[in-house]
Amino acid sequence: MKLFYRIGQYLILMKQVLAKPEKRSVFFRQLMTEFNAIGVDSFGIVVIISIFMGAVVSILVAYNLENPLIPKTMIGYTSREMAILEFSPTMISLILAGKVGSSIASQIGTMRVTEQIDALEIMGINPANFLIFPKLIAAIFIHPALIVFSMAVSIFGGYMVGIFTNLFTVSEYISGLRSWFDPFSIFYALIKTVVFAIIIVTIAGYQGYIIKGGSIDVGRASTKAVVYASILIIIFNLILTQLLLI
Amino acid sequence: MIEAKYISKFFSDTMVLNSISVKFEKGRNNLIIGRSGAGKTVLLKCLVGLHEVDDGYIDFDGRDFSHMNRKNRKEIRKEMGMLFQGGALFDSFSVEENVMFPLNMFTQMSEEEKLDRVNLVLKRVNLVNANHLMPGELSGGMIKRVAIARAISNSPKYLFCDEPNSGLDPNTADVIDELIAEITEEYNIVTIVNSHDMNSVLKIGDHIIFIHEGKVAWQGNRDEILSSDNELLNDFVFSTELTKRLKRKK
Ligand SMILES: Nc1ncnc2c1ncn2[C@@H]1O[C@H](COP(=O)(O)OP(=O)(O)OP(=O)(O)O)[C@@H](O)[C@H]1O
Ligand SMILES: [Mg+2]
Repeated sequence: MKLFYRIGQYLILMKQVLAKPEKRSVFFRQLMTEFNAIGVDSFGIVVIISIFMGAVVSILVAYNLENPLIPKTMIGYTSREMAILEFSPTMISLILAGKVGSSIASQIGTMRVTEQIDALEIMGINPANFLIFPKLIAAIFIHPALIVFSMAVSIFGGYMVGIFTNLFTVSEYISGLRSWFDPFSIFYALIKTVVFAIIIVTIAGYQGYIIKGGSIDVGRASTKAVVYASILIIIFNLILTQLLLI
Repeated sequence: MIEAKYISKFFSDTMVLNSISVKFEKGRNNLIIGRSGAGKTVLLKCLVGLHEVDDGYIDFDGRDFSHMNRKNRKEIRKEMGMLFQGGALFDSFSVEENVMFPLNMFTQMSEEEKLDRVNLVLKRVNLVNANHLMPGELSGGMIKRVAIARAISNSPKYLFCDEPNSGLDPNTADVIDELIAEITEEYNIVTIVNSHDMNSVLKIGDHIIFIHEGKVAWQGNRDEILSSDNELLNDFVFSTELTKRLKRKK
């Protein structure tokens, strides 16, 4: 019962979020701030995670390809496919659910408990739209960019393994990267990414927005934001994979 | 003028406001007083629409606010300024940006005009050279003053203040009271102030509404309040030992 109430409450909030911003110039200023907060500030963590995961994936694939009949170019191919199809979109989105989701929930939650949201309301501003919409738009644009960047970096991680180990050579890796490429897999990854971005921002925004109470509730809301966003990402990952790839 | 007619408010099963009817006229300081938990904040929030009333209606100069949709309410809200108990300053904005915010959202002023207006209202609340401080760097009294400046920057017709001087020392509290009274007179606006500070009641209370258990138990002005024989009111007004003794002497 409570679940249905929550879903209804979430949908009502989304209806308020999806409105025309009050003032365009203010909206664009906010959008720039959010590009920074959601995108640019996440580049570091994306680089670190992607490069190491890319390296590990290529090592694992190399160790599991003991059959001499399978060409070593499979390593590059498999690493690429794993980065594009699953690892970059899903794994990085889960990381961002933690980083971006918790910060959105606690920022909006703090504004709720210190009556800043009421202050916006009193001024005649739609607070849901004012606070969440710029984050949503920023995430929809910057999140796919981060993911494409992560794909490139993780493939580069595998390349580094080729340089520093003798598991496979760089040229084997590169020729593997170049084989059997289907551009649809990028499209599939970007669709997933956009859906994940929407999940992260709206779930976190919702959790922060509906807080009643004090600072303890802010902490609780930001934990819930991360947990629920992560679970939804995993579920939608399965649904979208079913829909798009099969 | 703001007029509340028979407004009631429930939270689940408890009735917090019980059919309150009261008029707030412009150009005077309307003070809502009462014990902690009497329902002052709830009444104020009902008036501005942060709580929806369960019964009755609220009228802003002939416009039925309580039954309006969000879009129509917005027009009235642009004419409101509110000072929240904790200030509710936007903490990612500087003092200047906070005060300029309503101007950015709702006016077509040039940057220069906006800055002039901001400096004017900041001067009005005796805060010069604080433009670039962040809310975290302000004292309690400064926060209240910035919040007042923000509330009046876009020249509201209705000003609401929830306990403007709670948590302040008597001098600063006095300054804030005077400020509110001056602004009310100067701009001839409807001002509604929640308070349980007898000092401000006696100092600026042109129209005093005493709320007890969600009902209006007494109304009058600051001259009448000391001579009333309403027992509930006297319990509230003469609640300290000092005032009790003074009253007995009289
Ligand atoms: N959101 C809410 N949900 C449930 N009950 C509430 C809510 N807000 C206020 N109340 C109840 O309404 C009553 C009146 O509260 P209110 O905040 O108006 O008191 P007040 O007169 O402003 O007191 P104070 O002087 O302490 O600020 C209290 O009993 C309070 O418990
Ligand atoms: Mg109160």
